[in-house]
Amino acid sequence: MTGHDANTELPERFGHAEGRANDRGSEKRRGRGRKGEQLQVPEAEFRSYYGRPIIKAPVWKNPDVPLYLFLGGLAATSAGLGALGGATDRPTLRRTGRFAAAGGAIGGTVFLIHDLHRPARFLHMLRVFKPTSPLSVGTWILSPFATFAAATAAAEVAEPVLRRRGATGLARLLRRAGNASGAASAVIGPALGTYTAVLFSNTAVPTWHEAHRHLPIVFAGSAAAAGGGMGLVGASVRDNVPAARLAVAGAAVELAAGEVMERQLGLLGDVYQKGRAHTLMRASKACLAAGAVGTVLGRKKRWSAALSGLALMAGSALTRFGVFDAGIASANDPAHIVVPQRERLEQRRSTMDQDVAPPDRTFA
Amino acid sequence: MTNLFDAFSGTAPSLSGPLPDPSTDAGWSGDHPKRVGFFTDTSVCIGCKACEVACKEWNLVPDDGTDASDLYRLTGMSYDNTGDLGASSWRHVAFIEDVRPHGTATPAHGGQVGGQQTGFLPDGLPAVHGGGNGHTPRDAATAPPDGGTVDLLALLPDGGAHGQQTPDDERDVRWLMSSDVCKHCTHAGCLDVCPTGALFRTEYGTVVVQDDICNGCGYCVPSCPYGVIDVRESDGGAHKCTLCYDRLGEGLEPACAKACPTNSIQFGDLDELQAAADARLAELHGRGVQEARLYGRDPDDGVGGDGAFFLLLDEPEVYGLPPDPIVTTRDLPEMWRNAALTAVGLGAAVVAAFWGGRK
Ligand code: SF4
Repeated sequence: MTGHDANTELPERFGHAEGRANDRGSEKRRGRGRKGEQLQVPEAEFRSYYGRPIIKAPVWKNPDVPLYLFLGGLAATSAGLGALGGATDRPTLRRTGRFAAAGGAIGGTVFLIHDLHRPARFLHMLRVFKPTSPLSVGTWILSPFATFAAATAAAEVAEPVLRRRGATGLARLLRRAGNASGAASAVIGPALGTYTAVLFSNTAVPTWHEAHRHLPIVFAGSAAAAGGGMGLVGASVRDNVPAARLAVAGAAVELAAGEVMERQLGLLGDVYQKGRAHTLMRASKACLAAGAVGTVLGRKKRWSAALSGLALMAGSALTRFGVFDAGIASANDPAHIVVPQRERLEQRRSTMDQDVAPPDRTFA
Repeated sequence: MTNLFDAFSGTAPSLSGPLPDPSTDAGWSGDHPKRVGFFTDTSVCIGCKACEVACKEWNLVPDDGTDASDLYRLTGMSYDNTGDLGASSWRHVAFIEDVRPHGTATPAHGGQVGGQQTGFLPDGLPAVHGGGNGHTPRDAATAPPDGGTVDLLALLPDGGAHGQQTPDDERDVRWLMSSDVCKHCTHAGCLDVCPTGALFRTEYGTVVVQDDICNGCGYCVPSCPYGVIDVRESDGGAHKCTLCYDRLGEGLEPACAKACPTNSIQFGDLDELQAAADARLAELHGRGVQEARLYGRDPDDGVGGDGAFFLLLDEPEVYGLPPDPIVTTRDLPEMWRNAALTAVGLGAAVVAAFWGGRK
């Protein structure tokens, strides 16, 4: 009997323009175990091919890619904290920033290579420079950044050793070189922290693509929270004021921009309201809020500053994982493709009828 | 490559919109061959899957699954057991069994209205009367009372209904079949985002992956608005239809078009195919098949028109195609602008955090 039921169900999955099959989109989606959650946007009707995904979900590996985003963000702002920490006589902040920048960049590069399905060919990335490929641009941002950051960290390690051995002249030279490459990495850093937003939004994944105005801000906030958080963990109370400011500002921006993004996505934002992305984003918000409050109240105690810094870093990482998961869920949902595209078509059709400018910039 | 920098000048002609000659845009000299493509006329597709088989054989495309527990990988949804296009399925025949209560079909769905036949619902199609066409279930051993042949359908448990209908129902059935393939977009998202240059535009205007360059970054996969290209697990490379690049050079048509017994898959110069498609559409409309429509034919659409386009008998999404695809890179200049501004803001925030000097 069940077999028969399944078979008679079949036609309904295609939906018809009229009749009782009209609600089949929502029927199918209810069947997916929504657990009665209330959505801001009413379920839209749509037809599809047996409810199968239309676009392919990213084959990027988890946790490699979210971790790469996190480490890249961490390195991006840490380089700035390290360079300016050095220039303003904050030695512990300088050291933390430099090591975090190098560690983040190298760790991120390792994850990025491991993410490739043919890792031995990672150098093929450097064959071309293509502005139309954010991954190509990103490679050309990451490579010099990682080189400068690693050189800076190496100088940071080697300088005291040389000095102890009595080679003061060489040590001074090395410090200058370290400062210069530190400054170079600090200048490149912000690009490393924001290009990843373009990497995600320049795909056909609806939840990522339609967030292309918000994602850079969310990711920049996340990078500031991570780098600032790291500064709070590693720098002394005497030196940690800039890290604290940056971290709190970053967390605030990330929280606010994330909220705005989820709202303005409308139907496409539903992936942030359910499943693992929902859990991750909730955890991220909790960590960021706790970390920011902890920073404001407890910056002057070494242990509470470090704890707050850890919470901010965790919040930043969780955001990356949450956004990544939301994108996978969005790509797998045919409604995310069909419903907005249908709306776009209808809108275009109606404006064409009224003979006014089409809403969709280039296409009539 | 010449276009990369105008892409950011604001006019961006080569990131979206109509583009008469993608090969020249990609840097081929003016005397390259004409742009070729596929016109897949689904109104004559019989779902035989000869195209899928011919493609696999010619291109040595391996088995498309690794799940040994499900040897035949039956989807259980229809006669379509391929499921979708992928790294090892470069042609995919979609099979849609469109069943609706008798009399509720509209011209737009190829149904029957007011006695006037439209579309592809033949009059008195095995009209699937519930209850097994009036036969009473019998035993295979019993000879039919009136002699003649045994109606095997009638031997099935529900007297031939076989789960396809509710007992007292009368339904109209329509089968839609369509052989899907890479669209060889005028503005191909996969090609735009490929960071190694493995994906390239051929002199025929098609889009091909060079397997010896691809490093399996996977960026093309979510960037295709049609969900065509995918990474193959066994070798880590991205794969998709090449429009039989190797055969084109020898003056042969692609394997699928060669194998198609009904000429549903037509290969040729794109401009000729477009003219043929327009004529076919007019013919079908003239015969009252109002639901016929071309998909991917319009050079003004979001991908600048497809090199492989289709004649469909229902909305694209019914076949698993996006109704209004847009190449993601159309918005890329704006994205870079946003990211650059945000990067400046982030740098300023780091500097501002040091404001006021030491206390
Ligand atoms: S974007 Fe998709 S459909 Fe277009 S050429 Fe690339 S793989 Fe084919």
